[in-house]
Amino acid sequence: MDTFLAILQVASLVLLLVLIHRPLGDYMAMIYTGKRDLRVERGFYRVIGVDSQSEQTWRAYLRSVLAFSLVGVLILYAIQRLQAVLPQSLGMPAIPEGLSFNTAISFVTNTNWQSYSPDVTMGYSVQLAGLAVQNFVSAAVGIAVAIALVRGFARRREGTIGNFWVDLTRGILRLLLPFAILTAIVLIAGGVIQNFNGFTDVTTLTGGTQSIPGGPVASQEAIKMLGTNGGGFFNANSSHPFENPTAWTNLIEIVLMLAIPFSLPRTFGRMVGDNRQGYAILAVMSTIFVVSFTALTLFESSGAGSAAQAAGSAMEGKEDRFGIFGSTLFATTSTLTSTGAVNSMHDSFTALGGMMPMLNMMLGEVAPGGVGSGLYGMLILAVIAVFIAGLLVGRTPEYLGKKLGPREIKLASLYILVTPTIVLLGIAASFAIPGIRDDVTTTSIWNPGVHGLSEVLYAFTSAANNNGSAFAGITANTPWLNTALGVAMLLGRFLPIVLVLALAGSLAAQDKIPATAGTLPTHRPQFIGLLVGVTVIITALTYFPVITLGPLAEGLQ
Amino acid sequence: MTTTSRTAGRQYWVALRAMIVFTAVLGVAYTLLITGIGQLAFPAQANGSLVKSGDAVVGSALIGQSFTDADGNALPEWFQSRPSAAGDGYDAAASSGSNWGPENADLLAAIDERKAAIAESDGVSPDQIPADAVTASASGLDPHIGPEYAQLQVERIATTRGLSTEEVQRLVDNATQSRDLGYLGEPTVNVLQLNIALAGLGSSGAAAAGSSPAAG
Repeated sequence: MDTFLAILQVASLVLLLVLIHRPLGDYMAMIYTGKRDLRVERGFYRVIGVDSQSEQTWRAYLRSVLAFSLVGVLILYAIQRLQAVLPQSLGMPAIPEGLSFNTAISFVTNTNWQSYSPDVTMGYSVQLAGLAVQNFVSAAVGIAVAIALVRGFARRREGTIGNFWVDLTRGILRLLLPFAILTAIVLIAGGVIQNFNGFTDVTTLTGGTQSIPGGPVASQEAIKMLGTNGGGFFNANSSHPFENPTAWTNLIEIVLMLAIPFSLPRTFGRMVGDNRQGYAILAVMSTIFVVSFTALTLFESSGAGSAAQAAGSAMEGKEDRFGIFGSTLFATTSTLTSTGAVNSMHDSFTALGGMMPMLNMMLGEVAPGGVGSGLYGMLILAVIAVFIAGLLVGRTPEYLGKKLGPREIKLASLYILVTPTIVLLGIAASFAIPGIRDDVTTTSIWNPGVHGLSEVLYAFTSAANNNGSAFAGITANTPWLNTALGVAMLLGRFLPIVLVLALAGSLAAQDKIPATAGTLPTHRPQFIGLLVGVTVIITALTYFPVITLGPLAEGLQ
Repeated sequence: MTTTSRTAGRQYWVALRAMIVFTAVLGVAYTLLITGIGQLAFPAQANGSLVKSGDAVVGSALIGQSFTDADGNALPEWFQSRPSAAGDGYDAAASSGSNWGPENADLLAAIDERKAAIAESDGVSPDQIPADAVTASASGLDPHIGPEYAQLQVERIATTRGLSTEEVQRLVDNATQSRDLGYLGEPTVNVLQLNIALAGLGSSGAAAAGSSPAAG
């Protein structure tokens, strides 16, 4: 019975995504290929001083991405430091330097790692003027970069890959804002709060007192999900009943996280002029998703481990209204995208269950990944897969009519090295340098034994992959972790973007070569299988040793 | 100044102006728009689904409460919520799970202790106690318990309040919510609303005084 209901729940998710992905994918293709500006956009371009008809080389595009993100970090840092004098701050003081640094980077990089507890740290001004704004714009930046890469594949012999300011603006005004408005209203109807009431003190039934929080939550929740951001208004994130009140809002939030990432392959297929290519990518993403969800659900349902055995089921850190299936579906979605929202506490998952969110992130968040970042991550892996296939048969690899020469393969190889390097250096430094190790083991780690190692491993994996979820028992608001995770998020976001845009530029400059009998077809099941294999093998080889020290050791005890 | 650095400098000026406009539109105008729509169309939900007992607002239908004395001991005449890791328990201003790992000795001890306490107060054997009764939720504010845990408490409530088992059973049946759309999530019992109904029963002898949403 329960299994049947779980399958029904997944089936309705699949059905909704099937219904959404075509119109949304086609709509996004239209947004990013259309020549005409809306009237409001023309006004905006005049205000910021941009010629929307001119295009940029990959270097100019990159400079714009970096300039916009740096300005975003500085403004968000300033807003936090000035909290004490901003209106609607609920009397909360300025946020300290280290935490402001970490949080500014976290929200600009679309990570939304939270070293703090928002309930007691962030007033309404910082939440809406600082954090919610970055929820929109960081998501739009991710999509823009993915679209630039797709243009690289679609174009021939061109020196430009689009205009960043136009892609950014259209992504926000035509895509994210209208859908956020719509879904915020649906969430309010479901019980998500939206007010400026501050705290309401009530006398409870037994004569105690309870301070019920207010806040503009629904407006933030909608874009937090839609933009795969994940930063909660409350400490408990999407497990908080005011962020996610019912089982059906839970399903809506899951759909929101997946809507854009699962539709972008359709956009990709449209823009390169061959829908089958998009569906091949979609098939790879879906396969990994289904396998990962099934594994997590089996681990959590089995209730292995001392605590779950003692209690009778793995309900520690889970909400009754979601149950185990509602929790595992959300956790899989959140960590296979770059969202990092949680509706259950991953730190309290069974040992092998807790390993799954980590593995999801280690895959590089490509199934389907964050908005934009998922598609460009998967396309990089497709380049690697084509290269490997080319080596096997001794032909120069080509993908979508583009020759993948030494420069392209170098860029793709560097891309897949970036995040593992950051993760492994981060965790190595945390335990190898004596001064830092003492700080990490005495202050940051919450659970004893190997689970403590898993907490640190999870933190660096989450930061470098711009996810933002946590084994939340960890105390990350320390000088070392605020700094190290801040740097990890920054490098984990922008180094890949540099490489992706460089690749886009070099692909756009090439002519297309016609397919021959010897060309590897990249839309058939054979290639789909190869790409799934490449994705899994790269991750497994990189992370297996450290996984055995953490969750695997705990799970096999 | 070279062309490159002039272009680079210009990008920052464009970025700054763009961020200012975005902050006004996405930070302020969007939030106010949603707040306006929410307050007009769904005032009860937008303001936290507050519930009354009699004339007084006693909490939110979505936020769980403790039914304990000042020292945290369970009051036997009320249906008990799940254990909570939010502050000292159901502190709505400090939502949190325990984040205890699956092999954490503190968690094991807490589960054993909770089991023993419930077994004693409700006169049941420890292996009859459902998992949600002895585990803390993710938010620490879970407003629900599962129907099994509600069922387990019926006898105790009836005895301590001098009510018939049937009366209490009827309240539990009324308060049991099935899965959303018949298949999403799990069946639940809202503890605060159940206890409000119980309070109405106790004071007036009639089951009429239930809970009602208040548009605070």
